[in-house]
Amino acid sequence: MSHLLREHAPITEEAWRLIDEEARERLTPALAARKLVDFSGPHGWQHSASNLGRVRALSGAPADGVTAAQRQVLAVVELRAPFALSRGELRDADRGAEDFDLDALDDAARRIATAENRAVFHGFEEAGITGIAQAATHDPIPLGESCELYPRHVARAVEALLRAGVAGPYGLALGSEAYTRVLETSEHGGYPLLDHLRKIVGGPLVWSPGVEGAVVVSQRGGDFVLEAGEDLSVGYDGHDADAVQLYLVESFTFRVLTDEAAVALTP
Amino acid sequence: MGFDQYHEPADELPDETRTFARLCASLTEEAEAIGWYEQRIAIEKDHEARAIMRDAQGEEFKHFSMDLEFLLRRTPLWREIAQGILFQGGDIVEHGEEAEEEAIEGAAERGEPLAGSSSLGIGGLKGAPS
Repeated sequence: MSHLLREHAPITEEAWRLIDEEARERLTPALAARKLVDFSGPHGWQHSASNLGRVRALSGAPADGVTAAQRQVLAVVELRAPFALSRGELRDADRGAEDFDLDALDDAARRIATAENRAVFHGFEEAGITGIAQAATHDPIPLGESCELYPRHVARAVEALLRAGVAGPYGLALGSEAYTRVLETSEHGGYPLLDHLRKIVGGPLVWSPGVEGAVVVSQRGGDFVLEAGEDLSVGYDGHDADAVQLYLVESFTFRVLTDEAAVALTP
Repeated sequence: MGFDQYHEPADELPDETRTFARLCASLTEEAEAIGWYEQRIAIEKDHEARAIMRDAQGEEFKHFSMDLEFLLRRTPLWREIAQGILFQGGDIVEHGEEAEEEAIEGAAERGEPLAGSSSLGIGGLKGAPS
């Protein structure tokens, strides 16, 4: 039995299938970071840290004439988003209801995807994670609210990457507000701004809930790595007569390997 | 009734693994039946009896194919390897080697779940539609 304790939940096989399917459908569009950075793993729930390949010299040693150093690792962070489903709704799902209420799951999926994106792009200090925008060595470029200027800002970011020797293609992570503005905008002649920006970066333009402003990131590979322990899963916490308490969970580390491979566009 | 389709204690196996094992057992039985009918038809002299057995064997072809399709739907890696081998002209062994190599390398790159994991299997999404 796995740590998710799914076998203990009062949930039928069919309802589990529907829950997993809904979770997958809701998470996939929102997991922006995974569309733009390298993914390593999953290495399993027992995977606890990423090797950084570095040591820290210790001032003393247990005996004279001996030096000591300690390996440096980045410990895995566990993210968990709890939610509850009505047992009545689950029974309806078993009866074949196609519209049973999974709003709480949808909300949990949005929360955990946003948290993963924020950790990757803006860091998670308490977990020792430095985000892409934080690590970027290039001066941030103010994005502003004037959509017609976005191509110019993104082009400046691309130029900064080229000058640093970071070859394309690049990807553009756009925070929710900026993404909506871009979708709503057509340039002179009706050409969609979305397509123009895609042409400039030469790679994907990704809706990125949790990102502030936007970030242009290298897509050549080897610059950013999201290392998964347990990949996103649905687990069981407990239940009473009315509801089943479940949660979405994942464990991961994130590392920026090339500081100059991204440019932040601040809101 | 035998329960020997389970290689491990059945009460320790998750529901989906028990279902998977049942369908694997069913697939084996259908394949055996196809082989038995083939032998019976080969030696049967009566034209009418042969026709009945041909019809029965057709049923087993259908059952085998449905079992196989179910198992492939539940096992993306198996499905991907099968897609590289089934209904292709040319060298079967060569297709098999290529399909296995491509599917396993592809699965690792996509970050597919570890065997036995209950994860959602989302993994890496680089290259996925945005």
